[in-house]
Amino acid sequence: MKHVQTLNEKRLQNTVKKGGCGECQTSCQSACKTSCTVGNQTCEHAK
Amino acid sequence: MIHQYKNNGYNIVLDVNSGAIHVVDDVTYDMIAEYENTAMEQVIENAAAKYPKIPRDEIREAYDEITSLKEEGALFTPDEYEGRVIDYTKRPTVIKAMCLNVAHACNLSCKYCFADEGLYFGKKAELMSFEVGKKALDFLIASSGNRVNLEVDFFGGEPTLNFDVVKELVAYGRSREEESGKKFRFTFTTNGVLLNDDIMEFANKEMDNVVLSIDGRKEIHDMMRPRHDGGPTYDTIVPKYQKFAKMREEAGKQYYVRGTYTRNNLDFAKDILHMADLGFHEISIEPVVAPPEEDYALKTEDIPVLEEQYDVLAKEMVARYKTDKEFTFFHFMIDLEGGPCVYKRLSGCGSGTEYVSVIPNGDIFPCHQFVGKPDFKIGNVFTGIDREDIVTEFKGCNVYTREKCRSCFAKFYCSGGCSANAYNFTGNVRGVYDVGCALEKKRVECAIMIKAAQAAKDAQEA
Repeated sequence: MKHVQTLNEKRLQNTVKKGGCGECQTSCQSACKTSCTVGNQTCEHAK
Repeated sequence: MIHQYKNNGYNIVLDVNSGAIHVVDDVTYDMIAEYENTAMEQVIENAAAKYPKIPRDEIREAYDEITSLKEEGALFTPDEYEGRVIDYTKRPTVIKAMCLNVAHACNLSCKYCFADEGLYFGKKAELMSFEVGKKALDFLIASSGNRVNLEVDFFGGEPTLNFDVVKELVAYGRSREEESGKKFRFTFTTNGVLLNDDIMEFANKEMDNVVLSIDGRKEIHDMMRPRHDGGPTYDTIVPKYQKFAKMREEAGKQYYVRGTYTRNNLDFAKDILHMADLGFHEISIEPVVAPPEEDYALKTEDIPVLEEQYDVLAKEMVARYKTDKEFTFFHFMIDLEGGPCVYKRLSGCGSGTEYVSVIPNGDIFPCHQFVGKPDFKIGNVFTGIDREDIVTEFKGCNVYTREKCRSCFAKFYCSGGCSANAYNFTGNVRGVYDVGCALEKKRVECAIMIKAAQAAKDAQEA
């Protein structure tokens, strides 16, 4: 596209069917103990 | 639902429900704002009037690109998730992560400590025995269903005050991995004062991650994180952290230096850059969460200053990208391709459902921040969970049960935010902590801008 650069290919709606295994890391176990940051957690299957 | 904003020269469009992120030119940016509510010919007419130098066929071309994105499910994507939430909240949950408070005691008197200097509002210091810790790990294994990866964070207070028990518990956990089919991921959080070679070597062998507490510049750190006698700690911990971080990096292991900023350092970007300049590459600093009457508590009026600081930090991180001074900032990390599925984004941190905290006597709380609140005790590792009503309440926490989250563009990044913060500020775990929300939204915007800038730099180099 000439006017648009899309930064990512993954679409959330496509994770509805396959997602939800629950193996991913709990956010407060990484480096946040007083807030909630989930968007930066990595899917276990993407590793 | 979309979110449009301009930051650092980039026109950014986030399609909230698909997670697609677009960097667009000016004319496209303006047309996207009108696209859903204005007829096509009018959108093009408005763009032509505003951008007279752009040929009409090019404006039409930009309009067609917007239409293509919509058709591909990457723009104006409808919300397909809300209808699934009711089923999702009825899901059977298992516990897979545990914050193990091995020491309700601390050797520091951090002024903002939510844990009451490690005592959690108890009357005296208390260390967890091996027997309680062992039972906690047994409880975790038994409660984890078919989940393989189990996370245990040794926390406190200060866990190095009870590190012999930490070692014993790691050994016990490892001894149960094979027969239980589980894999423990141990981590620990320390203030660094008692950190020594023995602990570092043990951690490098056994700990997936270590969180090293430091607030940044010496004067800021020593003001908020003194010893009990008021003495400073910065000079004690920094050389140890530098050594530890180097060891972790050489071993390919994760670490974070992690701090808290308060009203005393509204210019907190300087503290983050100070830590980067000390040689740390993995950094996290979070806004203090404190009762409004505390003089160091952040106030609503501070938000513009704090937002500006995140901008300063983001621009500096862009400048350092692919240089030897590059570093990661935990709250600017966004995994665009391998990020969490929508279920994770709906359910958030999992406190009280997938994640619990266990204190020295074995009592279980929904998370470390609810420890010390008797009404939130949900059980004990010797007797199990006996307050299913509280668990159910936490299970129901998601971006759709928090009214303010429904219309928020950042809902799939913070997943509704921290239930403890919500409770502390609104009296309800399904409430919303407004200052925290404002800052989270700004962090998400900055994080996406950094990705856009990195992509532009990569394209230039290609």
